[in-house]
Amino acid sequence: MSRKPIAILVLFVLPLGFAGIWRLQHSIDTQLAGLREERDEVLLTSPKVMKALSLEYAPLTADIYWTRVVQYYGSRHERAEHLDNLWPLLDLATTLDPNLIPAYRFGSTFLAEPKPAGAGQPEHAVELIRRGIRENPEYWRLYQDLGNVYYFALKDNEKAAEAYVEGSKAPGAASWMKLMAARIVERGDTLETSRYLWTEIYQSSQDPSIRENAKVHLILLKTDDDLQHLDALLDEYEKKTGRRAANIRELVQAGILSGFPADPEGVPYVIGESGQAELNPKSPLFEKEKMYRRF
Amino acid sequence: MTVPAIQIEDLTKDYPAGFLNTKKKRSLESLTMQVEEGEAFGFLGPNGAGKSTTMKLLMGIIFPTSGSAKILGRPISDVEMHKDIGYLPEQPYFYDYLTASELLDYFARFYGFSAAERKARVEKMLKKVGLETAGKIQLRKYSKGMLQRVGLAQAILHQPKVVILDEPMSGLDPIGRREVRDIILELKRDGRTILFSTHILTDAEMLCDRVGVIVGGKLQGVGRPDEIVGLKAQGMEILFEADTGNAKTAAILAKAAKSGSRYALHVPEESLYLTLDELKAAGAKITSVAQIKPTLEEYFMHLVEKDRAQAAAIEVHGK
Amino acid sequence: MSRILSVALNTFREAVRDRVLYNLVFFALLMMVAAVFVGQISLGIESTIIVSLGLSAISIIGLLIAVFIGVGLVSKEMEKRTLYALLAKPVRRWEFLVGKFGGLVLTLTVNTMAMAAGLFLALLFVKHSFEASDATILIAVYFILLKIAIVVSLALLFSCFTSPLLAILFTAGLYVAGLFIHEMRNLSGSKVSPAVQAFFSWISYILPNFENFNVMAAAAHGKAVPGILILQNTAYAAIYCAIVLAAASVVFSRRNLK
Ligand SMILES: Nc1ncnc2c1ncn2[C@@H]1O[C@H](COP(=O)(O)OP(=O)(O)O)[C@@H](O)[C@H]1O
Ligand SMILES: [Mg+2]
Repeated sequence: MSRKPIAILVLFVLPLGFAGIWRLQHSIDTQLAGLREERDEVLLTSPKVMKALSLEYAPLTADIYWTRVVQYYGSRHERAEHLDNLWPLLDLATTLDPNLIPAYRFGSTFLAEPKPAGAGQPEHAVELIRRGIRENPEYWRLYQDLGNVYYFALKDNEKAAEAYVEGSKAPGAASWMKLMAARIVERGDTLETSRYLWTEIYQSSQDPSIRENAKVHLILLKTDDDLQHLDALLDEYEKKTGRRAANIRELVQAGILSGFPADPEGVPYVIGESGQAELNPKSPLFEKEKMYRRF
Repeated sequence: MTVPAIQIEDLTKDYPAGFLNTKKKRSLESLTMQVEEGEAFGFLGPNGAGKSTTMKLLMGIIFPTSGSAKILGRPISDVEMHKDIGYLPEQPYFYDYLTASELLDYFARFYGFSAAERKARVEKMLKKVGLETAGKIQLRKYSKGMLQRVGLAQAILHQPKVVILDEPMSGLDPIGRREVRDIILELKRDGRTILFSTHILTDAEMLCDRVGVIVGGKLQGVGRPDEIVGLKAQGMEILFEADTGNAKTAAILAKAAKSGSRYALHVPEESLYLTLDELKAAGAKITSVAQIKPTLEEYFMHLVEKDRAQAAAIEVHGK
Repeated sequence: MSRILSVALNTFREAVRDRVLYNLVFFALLMMVAAVFVGQISLGIESTIIVSLGLSAISIIGLLIAVFIGVGLVSKEMEKRTLYALLAKPVRRWEFLVGKFGGLVLTLTVNTMAMAAGLFLALLFVKHSFEASDATILIAVYFILLKIAIVVSLALLFSCFTSPLLAILFTAGLYVAGLFIHEMRNLSGSKVSPAVQAFFSWISYILPNFENFNVMAAAAHGKAVPGILILQNTAYAAIYCAIVLAAASVVFSRRNLK
């Protein structure tokens, strides 16, 4: 047999063929983009049917949907697009596998976060975690998540305290849960409480998205702290001189500040038109702050 | 000079062998031979000699390690020339979900016959191989002998110029063998070139213009059947009965072989009468005198024994 | 061309005689049971469920036939040595291969059409009438067929150089991989290195993208599929099959039969 057919295959058929496939695929992708949303939705409308169809492989299907959740969030979060399909996807994944703890924890965070950082659906977050607790009552971290949703997103301190107390009764629960409940009831929401809760989330989670989210919150809390502090100094300056400072330099010159305070990204704070200390618009945190519209 | 119908040059085939096919097993070694147009050529050899390998190479079912071959002057890689060739594989097996006539009709399509022509040919062929009553039976219900007949029918369906038959008589009863023999003779009369393999010598002796003997992948000799036979010294065999007590016979009896009450003596043709006289003088009773006619079989055994180790290997692989 | 057609028709005849089409009975039963049950358990989405279920079954049954029969198309002929006599006819090996491919695709077309008819019957049973938007179901069925044709070509290719069992595994593996192409392309944002990302993105264009043919959701919701997509997917399947069959032909043409 001659080697000619192989040469033709390798030199012409394969390169030309796959070049064609490459081009076609791009046009097909654009066509499908419109239909693609729809696809997720359909399977999603009926998690129970999906479960029946998955037979004994429901947990496997759940895992597949769980990966899809992460990717869905990842791709859309980057472009700050809406996350309307997050809830149906999570609903499906957790119906297929009720013990999929990471899905509950993920959902509690990103369903509850206001748009565009999250889906802005704290009610769904509550529904999801309540399902998680029902299926996994011994997993105390879910109570923590429930409390967090009430505390941060719904601003319902009473319910939040309730969730922490409930969770503290679960086996192995951390002792701070009870203390936290008492604290919230006594003092309501404070920067200090929020910082404690986010730190706890940051340290207890393995999920990179959740950790990243908590980190942003912690950084923004730090800037809140800084800004409060600066505002106090500004008030002091005003008391001294009888007028509001127009920029930080004046505070330094007056000896109230020894240097130019900067945010955690290293960009100096500024004083806004209202006369209050603010994040520098040049700082990367400026955009973050807008996106997270933090509590 | 006309082109030979089949021309094989230095054809060699190695099969991969051993663990992970790392070794090679040579099954055909530098085969060079020709089959002339209109000739019936017998390919003779024990099991595992390389007969089927040669034929499969010719039909493009397997590919040579080296060497080349031409059929009707065209290289064997040229599939179009199959129009003029018929091939019967060894122990043929066909689609068992088809009936014999469906199978033949299917194969006939590749030669571009019209529907009517296909129908006529299929009927004629079934009749020729004695399956006219079994044409509507699915091949899964066929016996080995019947399959062999279907195989023959599909090989000659299109009146090929060259017919290659791999052990066409195997699996047949005596009547079947006879019928196949007649078909081959008819093909020969029609002037077709026939290459067929067999390990049964009488078939070859009866049908072939020439035979080629192959053992252990090597061609041992080619010639007319009687030529090959002629390679061995001829002689006469005398059978006689004689008294052992007779002193005169003692010298003769020493040279003879005893079987039962009779003795057999082999002598060269020229000393026949002398020996007969001697025996008569000794009072022996001569029962028969016959020419020793070495058969192909003997020639065959002679070749095989030449290389006993090889023959043993052949036995192992043949089974 | 007539040689290819002859092989194809014989392959179709074999499939029919080997009772491959009996699976239709199973499908018919499934659709009947579904139609009866669905009417009782769900409100408002009967037709959605019937269509999803029906299309899934059409796809799965088609895939099973494509893989298992597809792998056997050539390997069985080699194993049983029925190929010897055939290859002694004036037919090239690639013609045989393409004929085999065509024969099984023909079989699957008939099979799929019959199942689609069953699906429409079940739909008629729950809906009592058809709408124009139900035409999308036909497109979905057509896409399934395109997808199955690619699977057949892959099964053929693998069976040309490995054992049937391995060929089945490879084909099934490629099919599953082909379902995750979307995921492969969207590795960005996760912790893999750029090199790995580039590799997967590259691979994702070489592997057959079976997600292209998935419009089940649109069909279930009666949403229109753009006409250009039908053309593109047809071209995609045609080119892909051509590439795979060309590769299979080259491999098979050099193969020494047993
Ligand atoms: N497919 C194969 N793989 C490995 N060895 C083979 C194969 N086919 C034949 N052989 C070997 O080649 C030799 C010749 O076989 P073959 O041509 O069938 O002999 P014959 O037809 O003369 O009986 C034998 O030793 C056989 O074992
Ligand atoms: Mg043989």
